Amino acid sequence: MDTTTQQTTAPPAPGPAAPADKGTGRGATRPGDRIFLGLSRGSGIFVLVLMAAIASFLTYRASLAISKDEANFFTSFEWNPTGLPPEFGIAVLAFGTIVSSVIAMAIAVPISVGIALFITHYAPRRLGGLIAYVIDLLAAVPSIVYGLWGALVLVPHMDGLYGWLDDYLGWTGLFAWDGGPARSLLTVGILLALMILPIITNVSREVFRQVPRMHEEAALALGATRWEVIRMSVLPFGRSGVISASMLGLGRALGETMAVAMVLSPSFDITASLLDPGGGTFAQNIASKFNEATVMGQDALIASGMVLFVITLLVNGGARLIIARRKEYSGANA
Amino acid sequence: MSHATLSPKRDSLRGATLPKWFAWAVAAASLVLGYGISAAAGLDSDIQWALIAAVLFVVGSYALSSKIEGSRQAKDRTATSLVWVAFLLAVIPLASLLWETAERGVKVLDGYFLTHSMGVVADAEPGGGIYHAILGTLEQVGLATLVSVPIGVLTAIYLVEYGRGKLAKAVTFFVDVMTGIPSIVAGLFILSLWVLILKMGPSGFAGSLALSILMIPVVVRSTEEMLKLVPNELREASLALGVPKWRTILKVVLPTSVGGIITGVMLAIARITGETAPVLLLVWGTDFINANPFQDPQESLPMYIYLQWANSGGSGAAFDRAWAAALTLIAFIMILNLVARGIARWKAPR
Amino acid sequence: MAKRIDVSGLNAYYGSFLAIEDISMTVEPRSVTAFIGPSGCGKSTFLRTLNRMHEVTPGGRVDGKVMLDDENLYGAGIDPVAVRREIGMVFQRPNPFPTMSVYDNVAAGLRLNGKYKKSQLDDVVEKSLRGANLWNEVKDRLNKPGSGLSGGQQQRLCIARAIAVEPKVLLMDEPCSALDPISTLAIEDLIGELKERFTIVIVTHNMQQAARVSDRTAFFNLAAVGQPGKLIELDDTERIFSNPSVQATEDYISGRFG
Repeated sequence: MDTTTQQTTAPPAPGPAAPADKGTGRGATRPGDRIFLGLSRGSGIFVLVLMAAIASFLTYRASLAISKDEANFFTSFEWNPTGLPPEFGIAVLAFGTIVSSVIAMAIAVPISVGIALFITHYAPRRLGGLIAYVIDLLAAVPSIVYGLWGALVLVPHMDGLYGWLDDYLGWTGLFAWDGGPARSLLTVGILLALMILPIITNVSREVFRQVPRMHEEAALALGATRWEVIRMSVLPFGRSGVISASMLGLGRALGETMAVAMVLSPSFDITASLLDPGGGTFAQNIASKFNEATVMGQDALIASGMVLFVITLLVNGGARLIIARRKEYSGANA
Repeated sequence: MSHATLSPKRDSLRGATLPKWFAWAVAAASLVLGYGISAAAGLDSDIQWALIAAVLFVVGSYALSSKIEGSRQAKDRTATSLVWVAFLLAVIPLASLLWETAERGVKVLDGYFLTHSMGVVADAEPGGGIYHAILGTLEQVGLATLVSVPIGVLTAIYLVEYGRGKLAKAVTFFVDVMTGIPSIVAGLFILSLWVLILKMGPSGFAGSLALSILMIPVVVRSTEEMLKLVPNELREASLALGVPKWRTILKVVLPTSVGGIITGVMLAIARITGETAPVLLLVWGTDFINANPFQDPQESLPMYIYLQWANSGGSGAAFDRAWAAALTLIAFIMILNLVARGIARWKAPR
Repeated sequence: MAKRIDVSGLNAYYGSFLAIEDISMTVEPRSVTAFIGPSGCGKSTFLRTLNRMHEVTPGGRVDGKVMLDDENLYGAGIDPVAVRREIGMVFQRPNPFPTMSVYDNVAAGLRLNGKYKKSQLDDVVEKSLRGANLWNEVKDRLNKPGSGLSGGQQQRLCIARAIAVEPKVLLMDEPCSALDPISTLAIEDLIGELKERFTIVIVTHNMQQAARVSDRTAFFNLAAVGQPGKLIELDDTERIFSNPSVQATEDYISGRFG
């Protein structure tokens, strides 16, 4: 709190000192203006340089590792960067990351849309406001706490559900369970779903709230039930907003580290069943292996981090594109 | 009567509507049935009987309603029940998360816990506290704030007050990109730079540099939004008085939006306070009090939670400490959030 | 098929605020009744109580009776959704569903009420668009988005959408206030044709419009801001505009206030 207030007033500091500064009086603008512009533009440039540095550093280190890799970096199931010869690949990590995120999205998106509709269209107004507030706060709960809860509360509670899935759907192979602890990609997916629920709900709620009243009344006046109003007016209007909200959630699920590391019991192979322990994700793998790794091992992890970085970039870029489109769309109909 | 040929059933306004308590009755019945079935079949998990009850509720209200009220009403009811079920499905685990943290956290959370470190306590034994972790968190987050707020606020000023052309576009784009950097990648970057290239050891400051990478884009975004809210008339009024632009920004624009900026910064702090992964890579953690963030490993609250969980070998005492630390962390973040919102509300109507 | 509306002792509230007080009136079938009065007098609120749209605004509440022929819209067991199907509404600003085509907009109400064959839908869509004097303008672009039409066309599209479900009554809430004079004229002509088939109630700010289109006119007023709106008088339009029985009506019409 102290540091914050101090800091927001900090930018003025260079200001008063500026006129006294020497050698800046050249040109039409005042020295204060020049310095201030310099400072703020400098910060902007710094951000650019920082991003460029991050990208080039990671690329450089990653390329070091990949050039020594004797296995195919994208398809190999091995992770043995310190071996002779070094062999490692991201197939298992890509699989685990994608599977857990897909499970998370499959659970979180419909439920978030449901809660958002509940808040905006079903709950009494006071209750809706209260729930919106609580969900807002929940979005701030750190992932480490989700991880702790997942490891100590959720995992033991999953046994019953796992037994059930095994009994009725075990024959598919996808839901076969060997009776071990529920530290599998499915549990990770469920936990990730809980973590991204608040974000997706918040954004969807905002979008649903912005649906023009007149579109809803148009449906109501035709004799539409509440669900039909939602189907005819609310969902078409909010669709792109929900998609971009989901992409933001996906971005977070892909990069989540600690919660996955605490719940998953990792291994470097792909199991057919979602219920058996095993697999891994990019972020979890980095966190679990980094401190013990040699320089070569760290370079290999950085290479995998690069892949995660690129995937996240694409997902976030996609979300932003959709938001930008939606602005045009709603502008045309305003 | 052309309409009669189109919709023959529509001769009365009187729908066979079910009474208001209908939904509650179906819900109660499904709960009882769900619980009964689980008890009969010997299922012991809460998740199972709750799921059975949820399915019974949705199917039951659809079946009854479509018989009595017709299919449109039944669809409407199904949508309503699905929305309720979605709400409950999400609220139960989230409430459990808060409840478990509070219930298990208060066990060892007391004055002693807050003012002592883990220095002489073995991992599996009771005792000890989180003083060193709180100290570390405050220092790391404070340093990260010191680094990122000037950069973030100045960048936002550049974008709003000066930014035209390619440079501003590029900066906006890369700030967007930065917002999406996974925290572990930010940690990796600082690690390669700091530990591997500059050959520096782990320290609190290295951690705060990584946290800054996560914090800068958030500060830029929120400050930008706030500065954009300042009406142009204010700027023009000041410029028309002959006040130079930089003084206009400092004396007029910033003071007008300072409440919103503080709110944004506090929310950003709340976000990075819970970050674990980069701190784990760069600060390493220790059981002892280290007040110097520039040298040697430090502890932080999220890392403390992780290490108590990971190194305890399943010891109850360590788990208790982990929950207590989690409660402290959540409380800290919630207070930051609430104060930030308070400031936002207090400063909002201008 | 047009029905009579008979209102007695109707009060409407927003939360605890009484917006309109003790209104009783009869609206004859196959006629146009216009509601006029100063802003805030509750004429729009009253209109929305006639198809139970008032209660969808947060805090909206109604007591009193609205009889549609022999059924009380606010009676026990009445389904508001069914009421709105019988009593159509056209709003102040044209509000076609932005994501639907012209065709789908007109068919939207029918699709809610059951399954129809494509040919049946085609017939109704054409008939309704012709009824709204829009067919010739849009017959070649039925599959284009409804939001691409001009404001006046959009409003006629909304009228087509409302009459496609063959309501008993058509409520219009200042349907021309967002339109240019030529579009307004088109809508006014249309109202003249529609009253052959429907009972029409129209709220308008424009007294010339009320004089032009309506058979009967109701004047609403409120004593002061914060007071509930009341029905001052309802009479044949000709009489209201030539020789009203209440002084306040004459003041309003001759432009002495409001």
